[in-house]
Amino acid sequence: MLTAIDALRVVERERDGAVVFTTMMGNRIWRQVSRNPELDLPVGGAMGKASSMAFGLALAQPARRIIVVDGDGSLLMNLGSLVTIANKAPANLYHMVLENGVYAITGGQPVPGAGRFHFAGMAREAGYRASYTFDDLEEFAKQAAGVLNETGPVFVCLKIKPEVDNTTIHQRARPTRRTADAVKDLRDALLRSPADGNLP
Amino acid sequence: MRNGVLRPATILQELKKNDVTHLVWLPDSETNFMYQRLVQDGSMELVPVCREGESIPIAAGLWIGGKVPVVLIQSTGLFESGDSIRGIGLDVEWPLVMMIGYRGWTRHGITVDSAARFTEPILHTWGIDYYLVESDEDVERISFAFAQARRTHRPVAVLVGSEYAET
Repeated sequence: MLTAIDALRVVERERDGAVVFTTMMGNRIWRQVSRNPELDLPVGGAMGKASSMAFGLALAQPARRIIVVDGDGSLLMNLGSLVTIANKAPANLYHMVLENGVYAITGGQPVPGAGRFHFAGMAREAGYRASYTFDDLEEFAKQAAGVLNETGPVFVCLKIKPEVDNTTIHQRARPTRRTADAVKDLRDALLRSPADGNLP
Repeated sequence: MRNGVLRPATILQELKKNDVTHLVWLPDSETNFMYQRLVQDGSMELVPVCREGESIPIAAGLWIGGKVPVVLIQSTGLFESGDSIRGIGLDVEWPLVMMIGYRGWTRHGITVDSAARFTEPILHTWGIDYYLVESDEDVERISFAFAQARRTHRPVAVLVGSEYAET
């Protein structure tokens, strides 16, 4: 079993100029590891829709690598997006999900069907070009560069330990930027520096 | 133009005037001829979705990447998309034009379909302005919607009150 922060450190190490969308628990952890916040977009509103936003950007900028770090509860809210994404098959989209089996930010309640379904299998059958599951840090660290250089859409399920936030809402760190500002900054950055087309 | 008819070709022309690149959509019972025309024309990329709630975030991603998307869904899909419209359509502050099939609405007679009765009150609640398009004579309103969305950086709806004609 991985920890989310260790897994995301590997993603950061291999991102190579990619835009990274995160959501829910991933937002908080990604803030701690990202060295390129200008190309990050934490999606807080509209739970489950980070993958859809990332998909839209992948279509708009096919020469740029786009990574989305989804949550298991989030992806369950938007499962049809696997088919929507696979249908257009953006070669530059890398869809990761942090699977811990719980709603970590609401106190650790289990997601429906926890442990009884297989995300990577769903993505594969939906039509993603490749689909992986990792539950070992060493193995993920060894394969991450290769996975992120495959032709997308690629799906990666990262089995992580639940790290439940049981503090009260008032005690938690709140996002420091408005979503609108984060989006504007990302859009400006993308339009300022066109992608180099260095894709698989 | 013919009175009282809403032709896909006229809509398409208006979308082209506004440099639309992508249509993110889920078909409904009144958009078949629009779909046929779009496929035949090929100048805009169609992005079909499995449910309407995906359409707003996908359009947002396209806009972030410099494209000009339009969302094309039915009023029932507008209801389904509530949290996407709130969290991404409104909170992100960007120029989104949504063409909404106004299911069940009729200028003449009695509107009994709850899909029609709730559409405008919901748009009012969200503070989303809208333009009604019923025939070719109205399509300039689509450009008004684009101009307003670009000026205000807010979603603007175009309520499509008629079935698209076959030709």
